[in-house]
Amino acid sequence: MAKPLRETIKEIIRTHLKKKRGIVMGQCLTAVGWVGGTLPELYEKDGMIELSMADVAGGGIVVGAALMGKKPIYIIRYQGFNWYNAPMIVNYACKSKEIWKVPCPMLIRGIGMEGGIGPVAGSSHHSIYFRMPGVTIFSPMSPGEYKFMYNHFIKNEEVVYASEHRSSFGNTQELPDRLNGKCDIIIFAISITRFEVIKVQNILKKQKITVGIANIFWIKPFKIKNSWIEKLKTSKYGGLVLDDDYDSGIAKSIANDLSLKSGKKIFTMGLKNKSAGFSKQTDNLPPNSTEIIKKVNSIIHLLVKNK
Amino acid sequence: MLSFSQKINIFKRASLCRNFEEETFKHSKEKKIKVPIYLSAGQEYISSTISNLIKELKIKPLIFPQHRCHSIYLSFGGDINQLIQELLGSDKGCTNGMGGSASIHSKKINMFGHDGHMGTQAPIGVGACFSTKRPTVVFLGDASAEEDYVLAALGWASTKKLPIVFVIEDNNLSILTEKKIRRNWHMHDVGKAFKIQSFDIKDSPEEIYKHKNKFFKQPLLLNINTNRLFWHSGAGRDSLKTFDRYKNEMKKLGKKAEDIDQINKNKIKKLWLNHLEKQLKK
Repeated sequence: MAKPLRETIKEIIRTHLKKKRGIVMGQCLTAVGWVGGTLPELYEKDGMIELSMADVAGGGIVVGAALMGKKPIYIIRYQGFNWYNAPMIVNYACKSKEIWKVPCPMLIRGIGMEGGIGPVAGSSHHSIYFRMPGVTIFSPMSPGEYKFMYNHFIKNEEVVYASEHRSSFGNTQELPDRLNGKCDIIIFAISITRFEVIKVQNILKKQKITVGIANIFWIKPFKIKNSWIEKLKTSKYGGLVLDDDYDSGIAKSIANDLSLKSGKKIFTMGLKNKSAGFSKQTDNLPPNSTEIIKKVNSIIHLLVKNK
Repeated sequence: MLSFSQKINIFKRASLCRNFEEETFKHSKEKKIKVPIYLSAGQEYISSTISNLIKELKIKPLIFPQHRCHSIYLSFGGDINQLIQELLGSDKGCTNGMGGSASIHSKKINMFGHDGHMGTQAPIGVGACFSTKRPTVVFLGDASAEEDYVLAALGWASTKKLPIVFVIEDNNLSILTEKKIRRNWHMHDVGKAFKIQSFDIKDSPEEIYKHKNKFFKQPLLLNINTNRLFWHSGAGRDSLKTFDRYKNEMKKLGKKAEDIDQINKNKIKKLWLNHLEKQLKK
C-alpha cells in the first residue's frame, strides 16, 4: 500500500536531520500532534529546534541560520501566521543572494487548513510570498511532488515556500493532469482545490461538459506547459483558475499569464472577499464542487450570451 | 587600565573612521555622492574600541551591523577602497553597488549586510550565532533596539545562552526624536529582565574594556551612550556643541595621535580624489 503524504514528509524530515545535518525550526513542534503527524519524534539534540512564540523574531532567527548555510526547514503551522513570520524571510533571505551574493536557502512549510478557525489562521496565504522576488513556491499535494520539491531545495540555494494543506496529508495518490480529448473548459487548480476539481470533472461529464484538469504544483516561477496552452486554444470556454487563497493574488496573476499566452478568457475563483469567523456559518472555505460547477455554468452562460 | 599602546591602536581605527566620514561628508555636500548616506562620525569610538578588544581576544566574530555602519566596516578591517566605490555606486563596491551607505557588507570580515528594516540584524544575528555557536556581535541603535522583534531576539539569545554581544550605539536620537519622548525604560534594564548581563556605559575605551572578560561567554548587552555629530541622513550638523569623543581622546593622547590623524586625513583625501577622478573619466 502506498504511503500517505504525511509519512513521506516525516521521512524527509528525518533524513534532513539525521543524514543531511540540517535543522528544523518552529513553534510547538514537539507537541501532541507533531504537526499533523508530519514530524518524527526528534528533539533539539537532533536538530528539531523549538523557537519561542515570537513570530516576527522567529522568522529572523531562521533567516540567520539559513545565512550560515544550515538549510533550515521552518514550520509555520497555520499559513495565516505568515503575516508575522514572513517579513524577514521576504526582505532578507529572498534578497540576500541578489544584494550581497550570499545565498540564504531555507524551506518554509506553510500549512493551510480551514473550517472554524477564525479570521487569521485559516486557508492558504501563498500570495504573500508570490509578489516578492527571490522565492520559489510549490504547493505539493502528493508524495511524489513533495519529494521533488525537497530535492529541488537540497540541490539549489533558494528560498522555497511550500504551500501545504492538512487535508492532503492522508493522500497516497499522484495527481496527474487530466486533459484527454477536446475540452470545453480547463480548470487550473492550486492546493486543496485539486481534489475537489476531480469531483467536478466527473459530475460535469454527466452534463456533457468536458472539463480538463491542469494541476499547478510549481507556482513560482510559474511555468506554463505547452499542453495547457494547446488545450486552452482548442477549448470552447477558456479556463478557470482555482485557489485556496483570495483570488486577488496568485489566481489572477496566473490567469493573466495564461490568457496572454492562449488568447482565451481565463476566470478565477478563490476565497470569498470576506473575513472568516469561528463557526460553520461564518467560515470562508475554498471553492467546493457545487460552487465550482455553478461557476463553470455561469462562465458558459456568459460566453454563449456574448457570442 | 589601558596601556598607551592600546589607546593608540584604538585611536588609529577611530581616526580612519572619522577622517573617512569627514571626507564623505564633504563629497556628499558637493553632491558627488548620489546615494543617501548615514554618517557615523561621533560614534566611531564604539566600533574602534570593540574591534580592538575582540582582536586582542584573537576572535573573528560574525558581525551584524545596521544602517549607520561605515565605522563598523572600517574598524573591523573592511576595504576602504571598496567602500568608496560602493558609495559612488560602482559595481566594484563592497556590495557591488547595491548596498549604498546603509547595506554594506564584507565577506572578508564576516560582516553581513543590513536589509533596511531597523533591528532585523538582532534576530538574524541570533539565528546565525545559535546555528553555528560562533562569537557574534550585533550592533543596534537606541531606536532600532525598540523594535519588538529585537526584544524577542534578546530573550531567545538569553534562553540559549549564546556567545553574543549586543552593542547599542545610543545617540539618544531617532532622526531627531529624543529617547525620553519615545520611551520611559532603558535597554540595560530590559537586558537584565531577560537575564542578560547588561550595562549602561559611556563610549570611552576604558569603560568598554571593563567588560572585556565577559565577551562571548554568554549573552552580553552594552548600552553605550554616544553622540552623532552629523545629521541622521546626509551632510549636515545638528549642533556645534555636541561632545566629541574623538577630539577628546586625541587631545589626551597628544602629538602621536595628531600625527595619525593628519596621516589618515591626507591618505583618505587622496583615495577619494583618485576614485572621483576615475569616475569622471568614465
